[in-house]
Amino acid sequence: MSQLAIEAKGLSKQFGQQIAVNQLDLSIPKGCIYGFLGPNGCGKSTSIRLLTGLLEATSGEVRILGEPLKGNEESLKRRLGYMTQKFSLYDTLSVKENLQFVASIYGFTGQRARQRIDELLSLYDLTAQSKQYAGSMSGGQKQRLALACATLHSPELLFLDEPTSAVDPENRREFWERLFDLSAAGTSILVSTHYMDEAERCHALAILEKGHKRADGSPQDLMAQLPASVIELSGNALREVKQRLIQHSSVLSAAQVGAYLRVLVKDNQPAPIDFIQRLCPDHQVALTRPNLEDVFVVSTGGRHVG
Amino acid sequence: MWVRIYAVLRKELKQLSRDKMTFGMVIMIPLVQLLLFGYAINTDARHIPTGLVNLSHSSESRALISDLEASQSIDFQQQYSDIHSAQQAIVKGEVRAVLYLPRDFGSRLVQHPNYYSGQKAATQAFTRPVGQWLVDGSDTVITSTIKALQNMPLQSVGNRKVEQAVTSFAVVPFFNPEQRTVVNIVPGLVAVILTMTMILFTSAAIVREREQGNMEFLINTPIRSIELMVGKIIPYVLVGLLQVGIILGIGHWVFSVPLRGGLSSLLLAALLFIFASLTLGLVISTLAKTQLQAMQMTIFILLPSILLSGFMFPYEAMPSLAQWIAECLPATHFMRMIRAIVLRDAMLAELLKDSIWLIAFTLCGLFIASRRFRKKLG
Ligand SMILES: Nc1ncnc2c1ncn2[C@@H]1O[C@H](COP(=O)(O)OP(=O)(O)OP(=O)(O)O)[C@@H](O)[C@H]1O
Ligand SMILES: [Mg+2]
Repeated sequence: MSQLAIEAKGLSKQFGQQIAVNQLDLSIPKGCIYGFLGPNGCGKSTSIRLLTGLLEATSGEVRILGEPLKGNEESLKRRLGYMTQKFSLYDTLSVKENLQFVASIYGFTGQRARQRIDELLSLYDLTAQSKQYAGSMSGGQKQRLALACATLHSPELLFLDEPTSAVDPENRREFWERLFDLSAAGTSILVSTHYMDEAERCHALAILEKGHKRADGSPQDLMAQLPASVIELSGNALREVKQRLIQHSSVLSAAQVGAYLRVLVKDNQPAPIDFIQRLCPDHQVALTRPNLEDVFVVSTGGRHVG
Repeated sequence: MWVRIYAVLRKELKQLSRDKMTFGMVIMIPLVQLLLFGYAINTDARHIPTGLVNLSHSSESRALISDLEASQSIDFQQQYSDIHSAQQAIVKGEVRAVLYLPRDFGSRLVQHPNYYSGQKAATQAFTRPVGQWLVDGSDTVITSTIKALQNMPLQSVGNRKVEQAVTSFAVVPFFNPEQRTVVNIVPGLVAVILTMTMILFTSAAIVREREQGNMEFLINTPIRSIELMVGKIIPYVLVGLLQVGIILGIGHWVFSVPLRGGLSSLLLAALLFIFASLTLGLVISTLAKTQLQAMQMTIFILLPSILLSGFMFPYEAMPSLAQWIAECLPATHFMRMIRAIVLRDAMLAELLKDSIWLIAFTLCGLFIASRRFRKKLG
């Protein structure tokens, strides 16, 4: 038996001339929370749709939960859950009616359906809203309802496409608690996001850019193995210093964070501190620990932050 | 399987009942259209605005004019002094027709065979028309109404007794002895309105799910395409039957359209047509990406259904190409069936050809729709 929840080789999707997903290789072990981190339009949603069988791949092979996706789309649907990026439940049905509908679609009837629905209502804190129309709920409530519907049939593998884009930080924490609960219960989860703090919570993640996978690994490993040094620089005229630094080919990026300038220096400079100090003799310079954003900037070639 | 169909059905009914606008349209479309068409459409023209150029000023000419007005098809509204200003009035649209009575109207009249009767008419050698009609010929209904006056008897103009003309044929209009247009219109309207609502509602109901993103979730569930389709169309079968009831009911009570046929034949024929239209809607839903596109395609089907199905013009009078196109439209077949059942008390068994055609159409449509409807995006 395979221990991989998702296995993809050379997965590609082309829309006309545009390649949305380019030669994606993935091997995601069961039981982990795996993240897709990337900017808008990098192919997160398209990848997820390919992996759920919603879109037909141009080329490449996918195995889901040990079975080849091609030919098994329908039987796999009972074992997968999918929360779409756009709210995809019915605005003119109440919370409870939406859940009832999804329950019957998955073949839950009578007592079993009622029990499961009540369980989900209290788990996702929707009991008070159970009679409210889904269309009139807040972003956070909609998102909890969508998660409840996607997990109603207790799927083994759950796809979440930017689940927290309309949710405040407080609710986002709460939401991630639920995800860890699901994960602890054995559900494998693939979640896409463009928030660094969320990506950092994943067991492992892939950084996508323009359809390519640029990096893959656990956040800790990615940060530890960053092929660059992170230097914090403070002093006067930071905007002007920044312009000067980014002229240099060894400087990947320089971004202002509050009163500091965060500078990424390529590893081809053996002594990055001295190198920067030489360039800006009047400023304080110190080495700091890399964070995920640095990983993101380095793996996407420094084109996104600056 | 049944659980899922029932789930879709119940969801669809709930959504329909909460969508006040659509729900209103279900009732209002047949109601308003029926009242409009029932009162407005009339193929016998009446009170045609007419001009008069009377150069004769004789008592006979006045008698002729009042005879014409008594027929109610003509309404003399304007007098013109000469033929030129009368022609201009037609161009401007002030009047649709003009009667020109020449100076020598009186002498023409006494020489005219229609002024006399019996033997004497045949002996009259030298005759000319007593007057001339100028008609806005662009409207064929008005032209034919005026043309019907061509051989009008003229005896009464001279205060003579009108002899009952011996006709070549006796005409007995069956089923609609008073010749009211509305009797033919109401059953036809059932076909037109069902074509519109059934195709539009089903195609829109499915395309809407795609447009609003519900489909992306739905196709990731174990629901099968056929379950989704059946669950989606059953509510609209009920809607269709409700509309048939509204149209025929009001047609019967307000416009006293006779309902001669058996209810079971009527119900079966309506169901056959509803299913045919619904599957057409399903096929459209697999082609259209937005509700607007679905609407446009519906109109593409609806217009020929109104114009070619026999609703407006007799099917037999159309050129054979148009008849071929009409044969492809479910509305044409249903138009024949419902008129036969409602007006002529035909049984469904006597309309076997049309019934089989509708069934074949439905099966073809279902086949095409389920082949085209794949549980994929894009
Ligand atoms: N159906 C489609 N037809 C054509 N191009 C498409 C289609 N779907 C996606 N694309 C293109 O593929 C690329 C990747 O899109 P995708 O939706 O996967 O991005 P994303 O990472 O989910 O972005 P976001 O964060 O904005 O959701 C985009 O450039 C988009 O324009
Ligand atoms: Mg997306």
